[in-house]
Amino acid sequence: MVAARGLTKRFGDFVAVDGIDFEVAPGESFGLLGPNGAGKSTTMRMVGAVSARSGGDLTVLGLDPDDHGPRIRAQLGVVPQEDNLDGELTARGNLVTYGRYFGIPRSVCAQRATELLEFAQLSERADAKVDELSGGMKRRLTIARALVNEPRLLMLDEPTTGLDPQARHILWDRLFRLKEQGTTLVVTTHFMDEAEQLCERLVVVDHGQIMAEGSPAELIRRYSSREVAELRFGTDRNEAAARVLAEVGDRLEILPDRVLVYASDGEAILEQVAARGLRPTTSLVRRSSLEDVFLRLTGRSLIE
Amino acid sequence: MSDVLAPGRSGGVSALYAGNARAVVARNLAATKTSNWTVVLSGFFEPVFYLFAMGVGLGTYVGDVTLPSGLHVEYAAYIAPGLLAVSAMNGAVYDSTWNVFFKMRFARLYEAMLATSLGPLDVAFGEISYALLRGAVYATGFLTVMQVMGLNLSWTAVLALPAVVLVAFGFASFGMAITSLMKTFQQMDWINIVLLPMFLLSATFFPISVYPAPLQWLIQAMPLWHAVELVRGLTTGDLPPSTWWHVVYFVAMIGIGLTVTTRRLRALFLA
Ligand SMILES: Nc1ncnc2c1ncn2[C@@H]1O[C@H](COP(=O)(O)OP(=O)(O)O)[C@@H](O)[C@H]1O
Ligand SMILES: [Mg+2]
Repeated sequence: MVAARGLTKRFGDFVAVDGIDFEVAPGESFGLLGPNGAGKSTTMRMVGAVSARSGGDLTVLGLDPDDHGPRIRAQLGVVPQEDNLDGELTARGNLVTYGRYFGIPRSVCAQRATELLEFAQLSERADAKVDELSGGMKRRLTIARALVNEPRLLMLDEPTTGLDPQARHILWDRLFRLKEQGTTLVVTTHFMDEAEQLCERLVVVDHGQIMAEGSPAELIRRYSSREVAELRFGTDRNEAAARVLAEVGDRLEILPDRVLVYASDGEAILEQVAARGLRPTTSLVRRSSLEDVFLRLTGRSLIE
Repeated sequence: MSDVLAPGRSGGVSALYAGNARAVVARNLAATKTSNWTVVLSGFFEPVFYLFAMGVGLGTYVGDVTLPSGLHVEYAAYIAPGLLAVSAMNGAVYDSTWNVFFKMRFARLYEAMLATSLGPLDVAFGEISYALLRGAVYATGFLTVMQVMGLNLSWTAVLALPAVVLVAFGFASFGMAITSLMKTFQQMDWINIVLLPMFLLSATFFPISVYPAPLQWLIQAMPLWHAVELVRGLTTGDLPPSTWWHVVYFVAMIGIGLTVTTRRLRALFLA
């Protein structure tokens, strides 16, 4: 559905997207995981045919966005990073009006609006103005709006950034349903839990480049161990403790506030730590996550 | 369902225009329903108040005005078409400048529209058509008031309605073009700085023959003068062949306005 090869975007001298390659297959949910400024939104805008690329090849639904922008956009559902709902209209008005922008007849728009309000759990707020809705409701309305043209490809740029945990879970649940119905999703996020929840396959991006590609499980297997022991010794004692632990586990990461020990068996690590006479103030064993993958690939954490 | 679209016609106008400007007009009508009705109604009453105060009130002292052709008309019949042109201008300019500026810079409405199959020309055309529609509604109301007061002196007054639509179209396209070039509120204030003197000087309330020649030329270069002369010619029936130049002036204004607006929207939201 999407094929990018050497895709590049420059703003003046600055290279925001630096020659990336990826493909999205029908029915797949594909993710771009990376920190702020990695070039995720810029990539989404190029795929969404609202931003011209500076270099490389790109086809969306088999067409080149440079030549076929309107035809491509007609088949896409776009949820931008920042909501751009129409503040002068009601929730229902937003859906109907947006459908009309695609040239869909009013009666069809009205019927889809009713269904989509139901899907977005907003039926009761159908006649509320956008400003009266909570952040999570606005986000769900934006997703409903992106579905009004029955798109072949739904693109979500940081769908849950800025939402509280409960609102995030409601939203993820809605996106799951779409996935089950076979909708092709492209999602960007800087939350590793979101990437794990929503993406079957993802690319890790940093500074406009792709650092790694695979399913969440594959990436963790390839770039991290099965488990991680997180040890806190107190801010100025982490370094010293890490020196003592140099031989323990597969690999160490020393962060300002904690030491991470990567190993297949985390509990065994805790025993070895104790055996070396170290007493961390807190310790915890958890499964490796995409956060660890990112740390391994870039030496930084996802959220700074 | 196949995962690719068949290639078809591409580039050119199809990248700019989906032939769906009416969806943009419909959006504005839906928004008007929920908007501030005092603002909407004041657009109609303002010129009516001017007509009563100046035309009827001041007119009793001023007496008749002599048109260039030698025709004498009472003062109210002189300024009424001027006010009609001004109200068309104000409606069109308000909708195409402040409203558009807000939508463009703050409401991110055009960003949302241009992520659909709408093209920049649909948006420009739709916004301008709405501005013009509002101007036309005001003009119809005002022409009715003029008729009731006996200020339409010729059958050609019915043509003042399409003329006013042309005028509103010209101001709306030009206003939107200028707005698309503006970045800050301070710059938007320049629009008012141009509009007020144009309103006061452009033969709305008295003939420009009272001014020295260079100022007359300046005023004749301004769109409002052409608008006033065109509408006044039609409501008084005083129509020299040079009337066509006013029409040409506005057609050119529309052409330039639409071209600039479409290019700017494309550069701002699809670059
Ligand atoms: N219109 C623009 N002009 C100049 N620089 C831009 C523009 N848009 C994005 N950038 C820069 O490109 C980089 C990538 O931005 P973005 O794609 O928004 O990243 P992300 O979505 O991953 O946070 C950032 O450094 C940003 O400042
Ligand atoms: Mg972003």
